[in-house]
Amino acid sequence: MKIGVVTFPGSLDDRDAQRAVRRAGGEAVALWHGDHDLQGVDAIVLPGGFSYGDYLRCGAIAARSPIMSEVISAANAGMPVLGICNGFQILVEAHLLPGGLIRNNHGDFVCRDQRLRVENASTAWTSGFEVGQEITIPLKNAEGGFIVDAETLKRIEGEGQVAFRYLDVNPNGSLDDIAGLTNAAGNVVGLMPHPEHATEPGFGPDTPDAMRSGTDGLTFFTSVLEGALARA
Amino acid sequence: MPTIVVEVMPKAELLDPAGKAVAGALSRLGKTEFSAVRIGKRFELMVDGEVTEAVLAEAQQLADDMLSNSVIEDVVRVYVAETAAAGSAA
Repeated sequence: MKIGVVTFPGSLDDRDAQRAVRRAGGEAVALWHGDHDLQGVDAIVLPGGFSYGDYLRCGAIAARSPIMSEVISAANAGMPVLGICNGFQILVEAHLLPGGLIRNNHGDFVCRDQRLRVENASTAWTSGFEVGQEITIPLKNAEGGFIVDAETLKRIEGEGQVAFRYLDVNPNGSLDDIAGLTNAAGNVVGLMPHPEHATEPGFGPDTPDAMRSGTDGLTFFTSVLEGALARA
Repeated sequence: MPTIVVEVMPKAELLDPAGKAVAGALSRLGKTEFSAVRIGKRFELMVDGEVTEAVLAEAQQLADDMLSNSVIEDVVRVYVAETAAAGSAA
């Protein structure tokens, strides 16, 4: 199974995302923002970084790049799409997910191993988790405060579109401690924390077992691969 | 060159951390007559040719669709700058 990872000008975690795909057993395909070609991939990751230097608004310019018209069509046709950090911001700016992401309420960049609760385990990227499962993956952003109007918030909470919630601390002032969302169909998922940085022992968050041994992020990628196999 | 100005502000009900930081600095400087600061954006769109109704409508459309995000921001004003230099002269 091929998972495409889009590189935008200013993407930083595209190669980590490709590596995470390979560690999960998939084939990683590098996709370019300026192309209109998805190269026959079965799923897409929009990686973290600072596309276009966060000019205009985070993710706003990248959301209007050539490849995004293909990504939006594919997402609307059911293809799994995962947006991580800046990728989440791009999904929101592309209107594939509701709401907006603004500067952290405390004004600082935050980088920490973040505990999350899985709220929806029926999406393409979370099916390997259990509802209520607690996971730890890194979080690093300055503009991760999720906001949305009250009516939409009620709807996404009611319809199970909150995929992940922050535990212990709310690191950025997000409404209802929301760390990640899914669309109604469950194929598009976006979150601020970085699953691709927790896929290999020795390079992940600390766990009670050992330093840097956390690999909770790998399940995002194995979930989408197993889902594709089940459909095949 | 004719210039269309688009002004965008963060929504009033939202926290504006950048404005808040500036307000904090003002207070530390003893500028107590200013109780709050909000920071927005001003876009200057240089127009190749005349500013027709259609061009102005296009700018309004762009302001709503791309230059602002209605979830977090309001377009305050879209207007043709009075002077040709539009405040950007050297």
